Amino acid sequence: MDTLSSRALETAKLKGAQYADIRVVHATDQSLSVKNGVVDGLSSSESLGFGVRVLVDGAWGFASSRELTAAEVDKVTDLAVKIAKASALVRGDPVRLGPPVTSRGAYTTPIQIDPFTIPIEDKLALLMQADAAMGRVKPALPHGGASRSGAEGDVRVRSGNMVFIKEHKTFANSEGADTEQTIYEAGAAIGATAVGGPSGEVQRRSYPDAFRQQGTAGWEYVLAMDLPGNAERIATEAVQLLTADPCPSNIVTTVILGSQQLALQIHESCGHPIELDRVFGTEAAFAGTSFLTTEKLNNFRYGSEVVNLTAESVRPTGLGTFGWDDEGVPAGRTPIVREGKFVGYLMSRETAPLLGLTSNGCMRASGWNRIPLIRMTNVSIEPGTWDFDDLIAQTDDGIYMETNRSWSIDDKRYNFQFGTEMGYEIKKGKLGRMLRNCTYTGITPEFWNACDAVCNEKYWTMWGTPNCGKGQPGQIAHTGHGAAPARFRNVKVGVLK
Amino acid sequence: MTGPERAKKLMQKALRASQAEQTEVLLVAQDQELTRFANNLIHQNVAETDVTLTIRAVMGKRQGVATTNNLNDEGIARAVEAAREAALRQPEDPDFKGLPGPHAPPSAGVRAFDEEAAAFSPEERAQAVGIVCRKAKEQSLTASGAFRTGTIEYALANSLGTVAYHPTTFADYGVTAMSDDSAGRAEASGWKAADINPEAVGDEALGKAARGRNARKIEPGEYTVVVEPYVTQDLVDMLNFHGVSAQAVQEGRSWMNERIGKPEMSPLISIWDDGHDPAGAPLPFDFEGVPKQRVDIVKHGVIGQPVYDSYTAAKEGKTSTGHAAPIAWGRFGPLAMNMFMAPGDKAVEEMIKSTERGLYITRFWYTRLVHPRDCVITGMTRDGLWLIENGQLADPVKNLRFTQSYVEALAGVEMVGREARLFISEFGPVVRVPALKIKAFTFTGSTV
Repeated sequence: MDTLSSRALETAKLKGAQYADIRVVHATDQSLSVKNGVVDGLSSSESLGFGVRVLVDGAWGFASSRELTAAEVDKVTDLAVKIAKASALVRGDPVRLGPPVTSRGAYTTPIQIDPFTIPIEDKLALLMQADAAMGRVKPALPHGGASRSGAEGDVRVRSGNMVFIKEHKTFANSEGADTEQTIYEAGAAIGATAVGGPSGEVQRRSYPDAFRQQGTAGWEYVLAMDLPGNAERIATEAVQLLTADPCPSNIVTTVILGSQQLALQIHESCGHPIELDRVFGTEAAFAGTSFLTTEKLNNFRYGSEVVNLTAESVRPTGLGTFGWDDEGVPAGRTPIVREGKFVGYLMSRETAPLLGLTSNGCMRASGWNRIPLIRMTNVSIEPGTWDFDDLIAQTDDGIYMETNRSWSIDDKRYNFQFGTEMGYEIKKGKLGRMLRNCTYTGITPEFWNACDAVCNEKYWTMWGTPNCGKGQPGQIAHTGHGAAPARFRNVKVGVLK
Repeated sequence: MTGPERAKKLMQKALRASQAEQTEVLLVAQDQELTRFANNLIHQNVAETDVTLTIRAVMGKRQGVATTNNLNDEGIARAVEAAREAALRQPEDPDFKGLPGPHAPPSAGVRAFDEEAAAFSPEERAQAVGIVCRKAKEQSLTASGAFRTGTIEYALANSLGTVAYHPTTFADYGVTAMSDDSAGRAEASGWKAADINPEAVGDEALGKAARGRNARKIEPGEYTVVVEPYVTQDLVDMLNFHGVSAQAVQEGRSWMNERIGKPEMSPLISIWDDGHDPAGAPLPFDFEGVPKQRVDIVKHGVIGQPVYDSYTAAKEGKTSTGHAAPIAWGRFGPLAMNMFMAPGDKAVEEMIKSTERGLYITRFWYTRLVHPRDCVITGMTRDGLWLIENGQLADPVKNLRFTQSYVEALAGVEMVGREARLFISEFGPVVRVPALKIKAFTFTGSTV
């Protein structure tokens, strides 16, 4: 343990803290973006600081600072204690943390190529190759109707981005834990936005995912995406979407979701409602609560028998993969849904004992200046048995949808509505015409109980969601979601007029 | 706090260290404290202090950016060099014309700093939230929310000679009160601590939760709606994020495209951005140091102009309106930051009284863009929804999902509230907006 960390823990103890921990975080990142053949952004950042969390009189206090000096550590620890005493003015039962956590050791993300050793020119070259490939796509063929924009449909915006992150973090607590971690992340995506067509449409296609595909990995992860090799296809699809038929509206049909879209469906309708802080109401004013209340644990049919969901923090490349969470609890695996039955939550040291359990290591902070909250690790659906071609072949009538375009869900995580970038009609076991502006909506347990097929591990991908917001002050978490295409029956599709 | 002198010294240190042809330094210093409560007790209580320098280095028609909070000589030098290196290693952008300016320091009369808000203590916040926690317990309700106070200092200097500094404060209090089957929400915010009346905010939320019990389910469909300013905030935010930027217009993905100069909204609607107006949370210069101009986005229903930064303005041969977003966000595009919707002359009671059948809505939740050209948004109602029948507030009803063009919604505004509320949140631009009565709003689903 470094001297500043031990100083903070000693100071907290002297000032009356029953428990204290300190995280020292040094985060660096690099971000590159290209738009229409020029560099749109090229930046790096460095953020260094520490946060001290204390329990005094059974209530929490937290303070943080960028200045790593002994005097500042004393000042910040003193402020954390003062804040905890103020918390105790409006306190309930004293906070209890369950068994002590005494983890020790070091963890580094296994990577093949450190992305920070790759020259900027090489990274930009990859994005520019993809940009050029998108630029080769021709405008849409002349159409019969007048364009609202007065122009033929073409790709108006070609974009690409990459992000690389290295976070070095130490954690120590007053119970004896002392860990050190270095987490690497790499991510990239390209997109094409086409504008025009008979109705003045705006349509976008992305690859590999709408926002960005990101994982705990090195430069090899980005190379494996083959951005240039997929660029022309998505630009072509964006132009085709301008004149594609609209998704049917207000019908009930069978839907097959691509694995990217299913990953976000899992994130919103499973990952968030299993956060035990939401269940206990401590996120009620902001993120909301959860329909998965505690009496439902081991006693509720969340989905059909083909639905198996797991939360874990050990799977390679997952954005929720690490050595220990930000309370020092080791990474692990927790079954969440087994053959449709709801069996597990994401928990912290404070919430798990309230159910007679111990933490499964899901407390994560977005940086040195934020407290850890219960966050998703990698919440994934286990692969099923289906081959994708067989799934289409054995679907008589329905719609295949892929790549998220919009997402919204209520504050208890029941009613959701998603839109996707692209869809295809399924007729008599075959993919048919392309569809634009696809949306579907439902109620979470009804939807998952209508799942009758999940594709096998050949089609299973660990997707990254690097933009999950929660907490006040706001925190952005990076979460992982493994998913394969899956089929859902009796889904309400289409809401646009 | 960092203060103007230290801020200037830090920025000058970076400018001196730079070997770029042009250099810009943005300093943002934040001291933020937040007390969070739920289930009628404080469960999270935090403080942070941070200072970041963002360096933009320009080499010809190329620019690189680096941000750091490591403010010793080595840390600043490393960031300055990283920005220059980033600029050197990229091809030229023919549309980039270099840094704007120099600009004279903006008006010193624009003030948004309140000593009381800057000095607000954890004990004072605990006392404030203690009121609603106690009252909620007495009414068998639960209260949750957050009280955030603090300071943010913005300073910018560039090698052309622009130097600007603007200290601000904020106080932001929100309460959600809940029973087993109802919820109510209230918020207040300002740059002065005196703008917050914690007891009134708590009472508003508790009153809604108490009045919302035994909600019944209704069918989705088209309803006339009377919406509180919390909803109007969302309408203005979404229009801003999805189209008020000149970048969005230039790329053809804005709701403003092909609407500029046309009467596309109700004549009762006027929306503008004014970075100098202390009725919002003013910041008189943008993140390139350009003085802010007032921009009329909608005037009496006629669609006005988008906001510009120097890059988007140069593309059209115009001058920036002073709406650059932080360069560390990448080429995010310009953004309106201090927005207003003109209040009208109606009381909310008049809006309800004039409605034969409709819905009274407290706020929206989880709103997302479904389609850009008409700014079609989906989202849920939350924390207080009632039927209006025969000119009176009637039964509470269960939450509904809507899918609605916000442009069309504002075309159907029949009445505008006479009072406007200010919203300063950590998540978005500042807006001051009134309640509205909207003739038709489309609800496409309901929840459990």
